[in-house]
Amino acid sequence: MLDFELLFLVGLKVLFALLMIGAVMTMAGYSVLAERKVSAWMQGRVGPNRTVLPFVEYIPFLGPYLKKMGIFQPLADGLKFLFKEEIIPGHVNKFYYNLAPIVALVPALTTMVVLPFGEFFTSDGESIPLMLADLEVGILFILAISSLGVYGIVLAGWSSNSKYPFLGSIRSSAQMISYELAMGLSLLPVFLWVSEPGTGAMGLSLVDIVHSQGNAPWLLLVQPLSALIFLIALFAETNRLPFDMPESETDLVGGFHTEYGGFKFGIFFVAEYAHIVVGSAIFTIIFLGGWHFLPWVADPWPSTWVGTLIGIGWFLAKTIFLIFFFIWIRWTLPRFRYDQVMNLGWTKLLPLALLNLIFYVLLVTWIDQPAS
Amino acid sequence: MGSNGNTSSITINLNGNDVDVPAGINLVEAAAIHGTEVPHYCYHPQLSVAGNCRMCLVEMGNPMRDRGTGEPILDENGVQKIGWIPKPVIGCGTNVTPGMHIKTESSMVTDSREGIMEFLLVNHPLDCPICDQAGECRLQEFATDYGRGYSRYVERKNVKPKRTRLGPRVTLDDERCILCSRCIRFCQEVVDDDVLGFVDRGSFSTLTCFPGKELSNNYSLNTVDLCPVGALTSTDFRFKMRVWFLKESPGICTESSAGSNILVSSREGVIHRITPRRNDSVNDSWMADSGRELYKSVTNEKRLLTSSVESQKCDLSSAINSAVTFLQDKKLGIVGSCHSSLEEQYLLTKLAKTTKAKKFLRGHFGDDDGILVSADRTPNLRGTLVTGFSTKYPTDDLTEISEAIDKKSISTLLVVGEDLFNSGLTPDQLKGVSIIYIGTHENATSSRANVVLPSLTSFEKSGSFINRSFRLQKFKQAVPGPAGLLPDLHIIASFLNALDQEKEQTSDIVSIWKQLSKSSTNPLHKIKYTDIPQDGIQLDSTRWSDLDFVEKKAMHFSPRKLNKVTQN
Amino acid sequence: MAKTVVLPREPLSLSERTYLPQIVTGLKTTFSNMFKEKVTLQYPEEKPIIPKNYRGVPTLVKDPNGREKCVSCQLCEFVCPPKAIRITPGAVSEDDNSRAHVEKAPKEFEINMLRCIYCGYCQEVCPEEAIFLQEEYSSSGYSREEMINKKDKLYELGGTLPDSHYKWDKKKSAEDDGNDH
Repeated sequence: MLDFELLFLVGLKVLFALLMIGAVMTMAGYSVLAERKVSAWMQGRVGPNRTVLPFVEYIPFLGPYLKKMGIFQPLADGLKFLFKEEIIPGHVNKFYYNLAPIVALVPALTTMVVLPFGEFFTSDGESIPLMLADLEVGILFILAISSLGVYGIVLAGWSSNSKYPFLGSIRSSAQMISYELAMGLSLLPVFLWVSEPGTGAMGLSLVDIVHSQGNAPWLLLVQPLSALIFLIALFAETNRLPFDMPESETDLVGGFHTEYGGFKFGIFFVAEYAHIVVGSAIFTIIFLGGWHFLPWVADPWPSTWVGTLIGIGWFLAKTIFLIFFFIWIRWTLPRFRYDQVMNLGWTKLLPLALLNLIFYVLLVTWIDQPAS
Repeated sequence: MGSNGNTSSITINLNGNDVDVPAGINLVEAAAIHGTEVPHYCYHPQLSVAGNCRMCLVEMGNPMRDRGTGEPILDENGVQKIGWIPKPVIGCGTNVTPGMHIKTESSMVTDSREGIMEFLLVNHPLDCPICDQAGECRLQEFATDYGRGYSRYVERKNVKPKRTRLGPRVTLDDERCILCSRCIRFCQEVVDDDVLGFVDRGSFSTLTCFPGKELSNNYSLNTVDLCPVGALTSTDFRFKMRVWFLKESPGICTESSAGSNILVSSREGVIHRITPRRNDSVNDSWMADSGRELYKSVTNEKRLLTSSVESQKCDLSSAINSAVTFLQDKKLGIVGSCHSSLEEQYLLTKLAKTTKAKKFLRGHFGDDDGILVSADRTPNLRGTLVTGFSTKYPTDDLTEISEAIDKKSISTLLVVGEDLFNSGLTPDQLKGVSIIYIGTHENATSSRANVVLPSLTSFEKSGSFINRSFRLQKFKQAVPGPAGLLPDLHIIASFLNALDQEKEQTSDIVSIWKQLSKSSTNPLHKIKYTDIPQDGIQLDSTRWSDLDFVEKKAMHFSPRKLNKVTQN
Repeated sequence: MAKTVVLPREPLSLSERTYLPQIVTGLKTTFSNMFKEKVTLQYPEEKPIIPKNYRGVPTLVKDPNGREKCVSCQLCEFVCPPKAIRITPGAVSEDDNSRAHVEKAPKEFEINMLRCIYCGYCQEVCPEEAIFLQEEYSSSGYSREEMINKKDKLYELGGTLPDSHYKWDKKKSAEDDGNDH
């Protein structure tokens, strides 16, 4: 006996999942382009402006513009990775060496399962969030899965059997563990704040976090310190400069992926940017009001499918700005030294997050005390 | 140079220092002994003094004596006064006298040299970029060292004919001539062929051949070497290579038993010219034109470049192996060569001893010109006597072999360089005889030979020759041999090693010389190869005084003197 | 000796110790840089302006009358540090009216551009002002042989340059109507 409705639902979810993967991967690919373009502009250069599809160049105005912006560059880069010779160095542990890029990419893509990116209104006016799986413990899922990404890096470094990847992976795991703590602690006050006492229904759902910011102040404004700690930890978790420990090409050649080339390196590369995309989305959801318009302002768009589309667009705009922010930071700040990273994580961010938590616990307790 | 004990030494004062010089030499030589250069063009140590270039002007003075009493005139310090001659004198034409004072660096001398250089350069064309002498040009060198550095002459320069053919081998560029007359004196004094002279006067003076004559004697190219400027040029070497690229290495001319010392000039393994090397006991500073052509044989099309067995090309080691099987024949004959170096002849003698072979030798004789081309046209006939390859004087044929063949006592011949077929042997006689040929060029014998082993010319190997006056002279490898070829020494040494496995025979010259100089009855006794000076060693030749050598009296050689020379 | 002065260092204020204001300043700087004029040269389309006395590919030049100036003195070959130049000297035939008085000319002139280091010594040493390093700087080829510039190519690259001396013409005129015999 087959439950056709379930099959249909599963099929639909798979289709959505594929669409979402496509969207995230495309964004990751174009983040690479954005990185190259933005860094070029900041350095007085022009960036990639040569790649173009056949004949596109002859489209008046648009064609040359697309070429100038390097729109087709990610396509060419991807093809290049695909067609490069797959070299497996003789000294590596082949199984784990091949496994590592997959382990690095999968968590980056899995976290997006619980990401809400918009809401849809039924004819009854009921709001249905747009996401693959509306988990009650969304944020826990994200914290759990995203920290699995370090396994890819550790595996790559270890299986490469070579000193630089090994150092890179050790640094990476130490860094992950250090900043995971601060990250988790910085989120606790947020959920404390959002869970209103008495209602009881509020949990760790990301949808509820977004809803709580509709027509209300964004949590960035309510809990700026939490947002700052989370942002810094996010940089560390995504291995972005100034926390570029595992790669640190100036002292570790290529870090954990020194021994990788071709498509396997491409996967690492994409995974890194997928992390950034997903990370930006999470920050948008938790601190920037998700798809809601502005703090204290009700969404000006109608509660129809048009509103849904505008909402998604608004959400994307915020995410893209954050991606830009990631890039912006990278080309502004120099890399920390390894000991500075550890120092910042353990002696600055962790106590700060704890104090922040204690402060909000007391504050929320004070606010929540029954008016007697 | 240097005193040989016969000339007494006198003291002169050179630029304020008292120095000892041999008596009877001129000021240019005296200054040269003490490391002071007196620039000169017309003076040549081996030609008469002409004194016409005036470049060697120096200041000279003698201790003053009272004319009446002959008493020395003293100054207030009690030192004899020097009477400086108010005008400079030419260094080449003035001989040293005891107590003579000369200054080669005073302002008067400097001014004189500047003036002379200016006069010489007045009509000299600015040809240096196209002039073959550039780089070894006295005019260039002295203009730099002693010249004014700029020209005050604004008028038009004199123009004289260029590309004048003086003889078959010499081309004259008259413009460049500074009228030093070295070439004229050389032809008169050394070759005794008076063909050159100056015509016209003043700045129109021109070097030319006398009517109806041309500079065609066999020493004409020495005038090119003598010429301090680029006026006389070698038609063969003209425009071929700039001299500053040439690497010079000392060699010995193989044209005849005169053994002229030469310099082989090569660039990147290609020989471009041969010039004489000064050796006052052998060839002064001269050599024959015919000897200068010998380098062309190195790249001759008849050059043997690959070894072969029964006319089949093969590599050298397998050719040597098959030669060794032939050499094991009991009826072996070895034809040595007077062209081989001393060391090769020694190894060949050793080979003959090991194989119990009969030894044959052919001499090559021609006309003796009484200068540097002797009647014996081989460089090392005396080497065969000294090494013991031969005890009697060879004849210009190999008829001895035909007698041996007729007696059936020879069935294999090892031939080094000689052609059997122009030495009195007929193809019929040699029909049943196996031939191994070691040589540099193809000839009738090499094309008939069962094994051909190509070897190196004297430009491509080192060794030593003994010349007509029993002077031992060594020559040095000037250029690398063709790829894959080995020197004769190596070939013969590998024969010896293959035939006698017990005694290791080296092909290294220095080690061979240790064996050569062992015997105390040999004139080579106690001589080390590395100790042979560049101008050679005179050997004791009394053992061979009764042989009838063909050479006639010539430069630094007298047949009668042979018996008297003893080793110091 | 100058005395070392130790300057007192102001203690950092709280905001400075967080580094956040400095980071914001840095972000401002990089952001404003994004809108400045770009300095990139789009190479194959835009060529750099070649300065005077630029040392490009060495070339052989002819005088304004179209005669070759090189007399194959081989000084450039001698001075060339990487030994890139190879000249085969030759004689000018006596029948060549315009050049017979020069006597010597290169039969073959090769510059190996794979060896050339563009040092310009050849230009400096040339007594005939026949070799010049001109503006051409990009030379490429598919084989090593192609990268050896032969005499024809060198003259094609070099073209004609003005001559302020006409040294050999002066010599010829002296020969024609000067102090002849």
